[in-house]
Amino acid sequence: MKLYCLSGHPTLPCNVLKFKSTTIMLDCGLDTTSVLNFLPLPLVHSPRLSKLPGWVSKDGTVNLEKELKECAGRVFVDSQPEFCLPERELLDLSTIDVILISNYHCMMALPYITEHTGFTGTVYATEPTLQIGRLLMEELVNFMERVPKAQSATCWKNKEIQRMLPGPLKDAVDVWTWKRCYSMQEVNSALSKVQLVGYSQKVELFGAVQISPLSSGYSLGSSNWIIQSHHEKVSYVSGSSLLTTHPQPMDQSSLKNSDVLILTGLTQMPTANPDGMLGEFCSNLAMTIRAGGNVLVPCYSSGVIYDLLECLYQFIESASLGTTPFYFISPVANSSLEFSQIFAEWLCHNKQTKVYLPEPPFPHAELIQTNKLKHYPSIHGDFSSEFRQPCVVFTGHPSLRFGDVVHFMELWGKSSLNTIIFTEPDFSYLDALAPYQPLAMKCVYCPIDTRLNFHQVSKLLKEVQPVHVVCPEQYTQPPLTQSHRSDLMLELQPPPMPYRRCSVLNLPFRRRYERVYILPELANSLVPSEIKPGISVATVSAVLHSKDNKHTLQSTNVFLPCLVLAPKPLLSGAVPLEAFLATLQKHGITEVKVEETADGHILHLQAEDTLIQLEEDGTHIVCDNNEPLRTTLRDLVLRFLQKL
Amino acid sequence: MQHKIQSLTQDSNHTSPSRAERFHPKLLTLQAHANQPRSVEGAGQDVGRSCILVSIGGKNIMLDCGMHMGYNDDRRFPDFSYITQNGRLTDFLDCVIISHFHLDHCGALPYMSEMVGYDGPIYMTHPTKAICPILLEDFRKITVDKKGETNFFTSQMIKDCMKKVIPLNLHQTVQVDDELEIKAYYAGHVLGAAMVHIKVGSESVVYTGDYNMTPDRHLGAAWIDKCRPDILISESTYATTIRDSKRCRERDFLKKVHETIERGGKVLIPVFALGRAQELCILLETFWERMNLKAPIYFSTGLTEKANHYYKLFITWTNQKIRKTFVQRNMFEFKHIKAFDRSYADNPGPMVVFATPGMLHAGQSLQIFKKWAGNEKNMVIMPGYCVQGTIGHKILNGQRKLEMEGRATLDVKLQVEYMSFSAHADAKGIMQLIRMAEPRNMVLVHGEAVKMEFLKGKIEQEFSIDCYMPANGETITVTTNPSVPVDISLNLLKREMALGGPLPDPKKPRTMHGTLIMKENSLKLVSSEQALKELGLNEHQLRFTCRVQLQDPHSDPDTLHRIYTHLKSVLKGYTIQHLPDGTVMVESIVIKVSSSAEDTNTKVLLLSWSYQDEDLGSFLSTLLKKGLPSGLC
Repeated sequence: MKLYCLSGHPTLPCNVLKFKSTTIMLDCGLDTTSVLNFLPLPLVHSPRLSKLPGWVSKDGTVNLEKELKECAGRVFVDSQPEFCLPERELLDLSTIDVILISNYHCMMALPYITEHTGFTGTVYATEPTLQIGRLLMEELVNFMERVPKAQSATCWKNKEIQRMLPGPLKDAVDVWTWKRCYSMQEVNSALSKVQLVGYSQKVELFGAVQISPLSSGYSLGSSNWIIQSHHEKVSYVSGSSLLTTHPQPMDQSSLKNSDVLILTGLTQMPTANPDGMLGEFCSNLAMTIRAGGNVLVPCYSSGVIYDLLECLYQFIESASLGTTPFYFISPVANSSLEFSQIFAEWLCHNKQTKVYLPEPPFPHAELIQTNKLKHYPSIHGDFSSEFRQPCVVFTGHPSLRFGDVVHFMELWGKSSLNTIIFTEPDFSYLDALAPYQPLAMKCVYCPIDTRLNFHQVSKLLKEVQPVHVVCPEQYTQPPLTQSHRSDLMLELQPPPMPYRRCSVLNLPFRRRYERVYILPELANSLVPSEIKPGISVATVSAVLHSKDNKHTLQSTNVFLPCLVLAPKPLLSGAVPLEAFLATLQKHGITEVKVEETADGHILHLQAEDTLIQLEEDGTHIVCDNNEPLRTTLRDLVLRFLQKL
Repeated sequence: MQHKIQSLTQDSNHTSPSRAERFHPKLLTLQAHANQPRSVEGAGQDVGRSCILVSIGGKNIMLDCGMHMGYNDDRRFPDFSYITQNGRLTDFLDCVIISHFHLDHCGALPYMSEMVGYDGPIYMTHPTKAICPILLEDFRKITVDKKGETNFFTSQMIKDCMKKVIPLNLHQTVQVDDELEIKAYYAGHVLGAAMVHIKVGSESVVYTGDYNMTPDRHLGAAWIDKCRPDILISESTYATTIRDSKRCRERDFLKKVHETIERGGKVLIPVFALGRAQELCILLETFWERMNLKAPIYFSTGLTEKANHYYKLFITWTNQKIRKTFVQRNMFEFKHIKAFDRSYADNPGPMVVFATPGMLHAGQSLQIFKKWAGNEKNMVIMPGYCVQGTIGHKILNGQRKLEMEGRATLDVKLQVEYMSFSAHADAKGIMQLIRMAEPRNMVLVHGEAVKMEFLKGKIEQEFSIDCYMPANGETITVTTNPSVPVDISLNLLKREMALGGPLPDPKKPRTMHGTLIMKENSLKLVSSEQALKELGLNEHQLRFTCRVQLQDPHSDPDTLHRIYTHLKSVLKGYTIQHLPDGTVMVESIVIKVSSSAEDTNTKVLLLSWSYQDEDLGSFLSTLLKKGLPSGLC
């Protein structure tokens, strides 16, 4: 069993497991942090951005002023933003049989894998994962396509040139593999390969392996996966949460007894408490509004935003924000809000109970009904005429490089009355803000990451007791910035097996048994004999059929003419002297001379001139030219022995 | 393995409804040991209610817990004491599964769990769990508050009963306990309707509940994978009907409604609040829109709004088209359909009214019917099945004079139309499901005897499987043959597979020899050597040595060589070696030659072999006794 690691990002994994003749891709995460190296894509012409100076190396030998722009001491690529894809050279992607998706954040690279690689397999995901994943992809494509950029910068990627660039561009890895966003057509084609599954559903792959998604508690429809055969079990844990937010709670007990547990998607903010962050979010929001400023919340269109809106729903009245308009701007805002209300099966118990009433499970339905929350596909159209300040705007993309958020940064960045509150943990807020510097607007960093922290995960592992743990290497040492915090790493016995991008791990796994089915006819013909209390054995000679990785044993009777006879079984036990002599006597052999030897006895059958040597672990019959006698003696000896 | 199917219900409508007794739950027993009986008992040939008891591998499962709509006394509930005699239901039942929210499938649930007493798990899908308490409460109100009956479950009992319910998701494999697992499939009968696959070990049963194999305007079609259950228990409400296409029926329906409206008549459509109602609403809504009609459409009872809300929130349970477009246009927000008020019934002019309940046995639909029955311009459209004893059933059978309470009679002059919109599978659909699931045996329930008999014949003919229709109180025995799952050591399997060559031909059989170790509940198949090792046993060597005398006037080495040549020519395909130490080895059998002391022409051959080579050893000794052929060099 082998594990190919195609992504180095611990929360956006992409691994390939080879297990019993199947090739299974676990998640398909797209590392979007690469876009931080690019200049933002403004929705309306931005004089500031267009006036940024081009970059020329200090000695003047390298002139890339068309491709690279300088802003507040940092250099950005002026081009359509590009993403860092999972490794595509490590193994032939066309050999992948299935792709298992654990949550909608971990499927954003899917079109790159399923299209143009010769992939012919099936993708498995839950319904909310598919629907919301589709929305996020649609949004991404929309963000890119509505502000097309003719320029595609490539010169800076030249190894010689990249070496001379200032950081962090200089240190960016694999820049040649970075790719522009896919098209909607590719998204549709990729998603048409998805087969829907429900929690705890068991899906057979080629008769060899069974896969099953388990609730992971992180987001709507998010799952961990069990990949098992009759005798081996691999658990894949990705993006799980033990906090009570909107999704169904995590199913922990089904992870028990794994031979290997692949652990990814722990919290990216191990020191930030989500509840505390939520409180800070609310108080900063209220403070800004009261002071007459606007609040900008860069966020994804699904996920934590549901919790933020729910929190605000309870907070609005008490903070007397009843008249403040809340705007949610995204091409998929409406769909995301609508979809969140129809997945009752995937929600936590409290929300399910509301659906039974029947009431919408999320209170944002009421916020919309009472006009407190309004959603728009973009800043163009209705929004521009209905827009009132001060207000709160939720919009994407959290990288601040594209989407409507770019417009609000340009609009509000100059005033210190306004506040930007970061809630998504995927991007460093300083890097995100870099191309907007200098900035007068207040910045508040309240990253909310509900995924497992190190304390929770070590407790979980103690409970489910996997034999081996595999995890990204980042989890085996404390974070670089907090190297003294040994509590911010995984300490396990035996130590976890770390992986990094392009690792190929041989998983320590010995398969010993396989399932085979004995057909009823053969089963009825077996003659078990008890050899120890509670343990019986039976010798089996049968015809083995192997089809679609299923093995069956059938009685040989059907095939007798063409088959050789069954070999003789192995024997065990000992032949007791007295009882054996008595048996001989019963068969008319009376003249027996018994002679004691070092290891047993020699019996001399005088009338027949035959010797039988009886020992603890062997019997030797020496018999001349008398086949009937020999076979009789053989059968008598066999009576005392066990056959295996 | 044998399976006994027994139906315990005493009554059946096809004999004499007046003699009807209480019906008993049907019992189906599947046991995990070979050659043990499996049985099904309970209510069979009657559409009125469903309650089936399955025993499989020692597990007892109740499938549905319905009530009979045709009775107003004790007989409407199953007689649960029949199952356990005097014991507690909780001790006897491992779980209860409800297929959908119709009262003939869940109406007796609070009675069973709270009044008879059952505390074990009850499974149903989320929409069923949401909707069934509302229908139960509605029904309770009519029975207790309006008719003043006592000895009926209370509101609190419904709530307590629902607390015992564990929601099921589609395709989720639920482990009820270590051995019993259940899995739900989409049934398309009403919102949240499910078929259920029940499995214990290698034994399995599929229970369909009510299902529909053709997608309609709001629900999708039932689907199940090729799960090859031992028994498929299918409803057979429309056992003999093969309905014409859905489109035709819809056109027919719209034409009739339209004609009545045009001539100024009123149309009454008795429905249940949830289910067909929504489909017909969608149908009329789009028709009104297209034809630009002005006549009002009403929907009775406060349930409407609520019912539509359920459809909106459980939109994932509706059909593809509705799910795809729900963000842009929610099909369950109706523009033309308004809430009904009792006073509207006397308004002049045409109108269409949906009113509950669907069989005209009580409530608002019956009140409106009484008002409109006398006018031949009006029409009542019955879109679903009606149980015997209800007014709906009577008028569908052409009865034109109805006896009402207080000896009054009602002349039925309005037009009575029956349109089969209720989403049951017809004969074609049932056959289609059998093709999907490939069961080994078939049990038909929830149908009328004569029709079931016809279908049974068809099934047995087309699929060559046994088909049963347990009459009430009957026992049937079914035989199946499960194979035994065993863990084979990979070494042994690989060794055997390798013998077949590097690319094994699946059509070419390969033999396999090994030892089966049976310990507690585990069955392991290993090589004999490994079995010895694992069981900590010593091998006992059994050897034979045989002296064979032979006349051969040659030197000993020559004789040995002659034997070697002889055996080479006789035994093809065996390893035969002439070793330098003066022995010949055939496989592991050792042959030595020595001359007799008295006569050098008489050679004595010593053959020695172990028990494992017994056949070959015995063969060789017999062969050599015959002497060597003369032509050898």
